Amino acid sequence: MAAATESLLAVDGLVKRFGGLLATDNVSLGIREGEIHAIIGPNGAGKTTLIAQLAGEILPNAGTIRFAGTDVTGLTVDARARLGIARSYQITQIFKGFTALDNVAMAVQAQDGHNFRAWAPARADENLRKPAAAILERVGLGARADVRAVNLAHGEQRQLEIAMALATRPRLLLLDEPMAGMGKDESERMTALLAKLKGEETILLIEHDMDVVFALADRISVLVYGRVIATGKPDEIRANVDVRAAYLGDGDA
Amino acid sequence: MTGLKLDRRTWFVIVLLAALALLPLVAIATDNDYQIAQFRRILIFAIAAVSLDLILGYGGMVSLGHAAFFGVGAYIVAILNWHAAREVPLFGMMLGTHNVLVTWTAAVVLSGALAGLIGLVSLRTTGIYFIMITLAFAQMVYFFFVSLRAYGGDDGLRFPGDTVILGLIDTENDVAFYYLVFGILCAVLYATRRLVNSRFGMVVQGCRENERRMKALGFATFRYKLACFALAGALAGLAGALFAANESYISPSIMHWTRSGDLIVMVVLGGMGTLIGPVVGALAFLFLEKTLPDYTEHWMVVFGPILLLLVLFARRGIFGWFLPKEDRHGGSH
Repeated sequence: MAAATESLLAVDGLVKRFGGLLATDNVSLGIREGEIHAIIGPNGAGKTTLIAQLAGEILPNAGTIRFAGTDVTGLTVDARARLGIARSYQITQIFKGFTALDNVAMAVQAQDGHNFRAWAPARADENLRKPAAAILERVGLGARADVRAVNLAHGEQRQLEIAMALATRPRLLLLDEPMAGMGKDESERMTALLAKLKGEETILLIEHDMDVVFALADRISVLVYGRVIATGKPDEIRANVDVRAAYLGDGDA
Repeated sequence: MTGLKLDRRTWFVIVLLAALALLPLVAIATDNDYQIAQFRRILIFAIAAVSLDLILGYGGMVSLGHAAFFGVGAYIVAILNWHAAREVPLFGMMLGTHNVLVTWTAAVVLSGALAGLIGLVSLRTTGIYFIMITLAFAQMVYFFFVSLRAYGGDDGLRFPGDTVILGLIDTENDVAFYYLVFGILCAVLYATRRLVNSRFGMVVQGCRENERRMKALGFATFRYKLACFALAGALAGLAGALFAANESYISPSIMHWTRSGDLIVMVVLGGMGTLIGPVVGALAFLFLEKTLPDYTEHWMVVFGPILLLLVLFARRGIFGWFLPKEDRHGGSH
């Protein structure tokens, strides 16, 4: 764990129990600044539970989470977000009644502050609109700015959610299955977007699509029954005997 | 399309406010002067309904206790006036006062503070629990005033009000008082319109749309919802103060939980999350409540289905008919 000391996010001895089920079993992990770190594992391995603990929606029974040198283990979701942890959800969480631009402007406002300003119209505020429009362009939704989020295609909604996460200018992005439920074209667009973010953002990526994971990730951790059984570069993971036995199987890799 | 959208909306608002502005003149011209006090009362309930729309329509907080803040505002005005008239000390130190600057301000501040306290507890819950806890608090306030024998308890309190407001407006003068209330309604509509479109308003609407996402973006949602809840309570207190001045008599029945239900009906009937809709809703509700009983004593049997149809087919209420199709469901205006 020499790397953990210089990690942006350092998880140490994390444990989460749901009754008799050990969903997170003594997990230690380090995410380095600037890397895409993928977490893979079979269904029910505890990936989403792990990400929920990193974001603060679930509190662990034991262990610590340090982010940029600060112990965040007991902090609320919004306090962690203000420190720079942004996330997307497996099931898209956006403001469906807002336009795409309003969605992102809300996220820009999250880090710009002044949330008790109650007189000046927010939709005429260039400090919110301009950065929001720029980020929509960045994720490829520039032309859809004025469309209500509820009327966007599923893939576009997922892109929008990533735009919102980016708009908070995070130091760490937690992406929980960004390709979930997507068709082929949409997946390809999302992969291209993530490839664009590679090197610019620090990303913890949970994803089932192995082609995407092995193409994008700098490092991969394999989670099985709540335990990390291996962490390493894609080649190392591909070659790892335990991983092949526990997860990748014959047809998958 | 956007030009058209703005026009329909704006035209509706202009026509509605112009009609309300002309109402007393029409009433006088047709020898219906006695109805002006009735109309004034409708406008006062409209202010209360608009304040409820802030939390219900924009904040997504279904409060079944809003009449409590209305009632507390009214009682504060009544009690201060009553003490002033009888020259009985209040809390052993100060006398009451007839000065509306004092009584109305006290009503706004104290009902807002009460809403802040109730919100502090209630807003830790959501959904059905929030409905039940706001209802419970409102009933506590209701029974508190029922038990205040010194102020009439169940029978209510009759009190001599201030007859000259700010040295300008004579409340005995039906028309002048009507325009004061109308002016306050317009000011409330304008201020709340600014509010819901501001940064603060967007945060509140974000909490309605998806509070989980708001937290993940870094918003400490509780404090914004609480501020909105307290503000809505303060505005309801203002409406209550006007109601007390209008009636010179109040009783705990104005804060019974069914009155909170009436306010919700006004908001839903007129159009949630539109601000102007609740004004229409208050007009329609109080009109139907007044006229339907002339046809049948079982008027609720007629009114119920009307409401049901509106909720099923026009979720934006009456005002929704004046909005473009894509805006009739969800979103905000």
